[in-house]
Amino acid sequence: MAAALASQSAAAPILTLSGVSKRFPGVRALHDVGLTLRAGEVTALIGENGAGKSTLVKILTGIYQPDEGEILIDGQPITCDGPRDAWAAGIAAIHQETVMFDELSVAENIFMGHMPLAKGGRVNWFNMRARTRHVLKRLDADFDADALLRNLSVAQKHLVEIARALSHDARIIIMDEPTSALSAREIGELFVIIEQLKKHDCAILFISHKFDEIFRVADRWTCLRDGEEVGSGAIADVTHPELVSLMVGRPIGSVYPKRDVKRGPVVLEAEDISNATEFDGVSFQLHAGQIIGFYGLVGAGRSETMQGLFGLSALTRGSIRIDGKSVKLHSPDDAIRAGIGYVPEDRQTQGAVLPFGIRANMTLASLGAHARNGFLSYAKELATTRKFGARLSVKAANWEQLVGQLSGGNQQKVVIGKWLASHPRILILDEPTKGIDIGSKAAVHEFIGELASEGLAILLVSSELPEVMGMADDIIVMHEGRIVKRFARGAASAEAIVGAALGDHGAHA
Amino acid sequence: MKLSRLLLPRDFALALIVIGLIVAIGVRAPVFVTPDSLVGVLTDTSFLFMLTLAQMAVILTRGIDLSVAANLALTGMICALVSRALPDLPIAGVIVLAIVLGAALGAVNGALIAFLDIPPIVVTLGTLSVYRGATFLVAHGAWLTSKDMTPAFLAFPRLSFGGVSILIIIAALVSFGFWVLLGHTRLGRGLYAVGGNPVAARYCGIELGGQQFFVHTLAGAVSGLCGYLWVSRYGIAYTDIAQGYELTIIAACVIGGVSIAGGIGTVAGALLGALFLGVVVNALPVINVSPFWQMLISGAVILTAVVINARSAKRPGKLILRPARNLEGTA
Repeated sequence: MAAALASQSAAAPILTLSGVSKRFPGVRALHDVGLTLRAGEVTALIGENGAGKSTLVKILTGIYQPDEGEILIDGQPITCDGPRDAWAAGIAAIHQETVMFDELSVAENIFMGHMPLAKGGRVNWFNMRARTRHVLKRLDADFDADALLRNLSVAQKHLVEIARALSHDARIIIMDEPTSALSAREIGELFVIIEQLKKHDCAILFISHKFDEIFRVADRWTCLRDGEEVGSGAIADVTHPELVSLMVGRPIGSVYPKRDVKRGPVVLEAEDISNATEFDGVSFQLHAGQIIGFYGLVGAGRSETMQGLFGLSALTRGSIRIDGKSVKLHSPDDAIRAGIGYVPEDRQTQGAVLPFGIRANMTLASLGAHARNGFLSYAKELATTRKFGARLSVKAANWEQLVGQLSGGNQQKVVIGKWLASHPRILILDEPTKGIDIGSKAAVHEFIGELASEGLAILLVSSELPEVMGMADDIIVMHEGRIVKRFARGAASAEAIVGAALGDHGAHA
Repeated sequence: MKLSRLLLPRDFALALIVIGLIVAIGVRAPVFVTPDSLVGVLTDTSFLFMLTLAQMAVILTRGIDLSVAANLALTGMICALVSRALPDLPIAGVIVLAIVLGAALGAVNGALIAFLDIPPIVVTLGTLSVYRGATFLVAHGAWLTSKDMTPAFLAFPRLSFGGVSILIIIAALVSFGFWVLLGHTRLGRGLYAVGGNPVAARYCGIELGGQQFFVHTLAGAVSGLCGYLWVSRYGIAYTDIAQGYELTIIAACVIGGVSIAGGIGTVAGALLGALFLGVVVNALPVINVSPFWQMLISGAVILTAVVINARSAKRPGKLILRPARNLEGTA
């Protein structure tokens, strides 16, 4: 960090973050991170999924408060106790998914929360429109202050967000993956806007996974890994491979208990499966006892591919064979009957029924096996719950305890137990350890290894590189909906995997 | 079967409140707590028991059915008309007609909701008006009174066995049916699941649409049955019978602890909610309280119930952290 501060350029720092740490129960999200933003410069913040970028943004925007460290603006320490303080300090964030009001006008969107008032507390529409037009003109926008937001394109909505930031006299603008929803032409337009903001002496924090964009637009960079700052400097002094190795450069521990399992016959075969918008031409073979890891950036189409396999979305092309027999999976019910289980990515919204007890959750995917002529057997349900509850060492007061009352790790164990109770032969695990504490994580990893050694065929979708490299026999890397690389266990370096996920084909294996 | 599995703590509390209410009224008007009078209250509340359970099934799936009372009126009117036209139709035939007709009207709701994906409140608000209007049209605006009904038609709801009205017996059978359905069948578990978390239920192969179609048809069948019983018990059929009754039914659900957000509710709770309103409605005239007080009281009770529900929904979050930490600590 000292080196970063030493290489100061002519521009004065507007914002300096030093020694910032943030902990969550069981997780160290940020540790002693520093960051400097200068007027008229774009600083790229890079790092893998989960490196702490989002936490840093949330601290800057006042959503989280740091446990240690300080934030200086123009050399003065500030505290951001909430989003309003951040706005007041001149910090504005433009998010991945724009959060705005579709049915209101551009002017109303820009001034929501701080509308100029006339006498008697009425909204001063005249003033508001005039100020909106002024800001829009500054941004060279081609739409009117009275336009309804829903009639604008995604790029134009981004402009509105930027206009909103400028209306607050924001001098520090955070752009969190601003290009992920934009077309190539719209990205070009955004970069023009960024140049204009630089001319107006704004400091910009630009977060992106796309290296070509970073090299095009950024002046400086800061890299995070596992919540720590691992380097920073000027973009002109660094190369693309250097940044990639900084992002991933961590020892992959041998804590992953994947055992060497004799591979059984092919259980699942996907051939050229495609969906209208999310994934295209995905093919692979999965053997009994094999774990295939799917790695890629958020939005690479991995979960969507799994949902297609599970009958949750329609395939436009391609075929699925189970045990060599062609199957058509039109609904999750078909997939469950075919022997597939799916532990989804989001435990709270897709996995568990929170107002249900553990027993009712555990048997939900296999109600047929727990019923005779449609009547449920409490005894059978209890036996299943006891069996898988004990196997997964679910910690709870009793089997009727509401799942909403359990810790994240225990909730995830219940969801996994639910799918094991359906006796699948193919198990899809989508980010199985996301957001759970370290202890439960290790237990889940141990358990996944055990399942594979019992002959279960497993598809493991994970954005955590060590998890994929440690657990999977084979790694499939996806980028923008397509498979870009396949690696056998141990045959790939972390750099090669991340490089493939970022979309540079075989640049550095 | 342990009591704790039959009655949740909040159901138990509600039972105590209902008993307390009955005792308090009994102190002022001892005539109210005689066995005859109490059986009378139950008989009067039979319709509310059945319709509240049907409504609860709908609300469990995050839906609502505003058309149940209109369905009741239309089915009751058609039953009366059919019985007048075909005086020799056996009463069992009339009852089957009422159930099938009510189920068909409910299935219209279900189909619009499940297959065209229209919100339940919108669909049933529409069919509420349609069914009321149809009630007027099928009878050409006429009132059918007991003079237009056959003796058999009128006699059925007046049957009683050992002093217990057939209405209570039917309500008890329907309640038992709902208890089995909701607590002990795959189908019932699915209703709670789609209400508790529709996405997770879908991943488990339980689709919301099918469940919605089923509950609205079921609610229709119960409404239809109540339609015949209502018209024959009161000996009159006209456009406005049970006008606004859907709101009383929904109120009974809310008082009984059924969560409007879906996924939460018990048969015992719903029955107690209905009984509470039944006691209030029957007792207040006995102690010479204006019917307008009835409305005010049931409204206040609903708000109180909602506040208590909201508070108890928050409380677990605070209570749980401690035991959870203890568990982690001992591990």
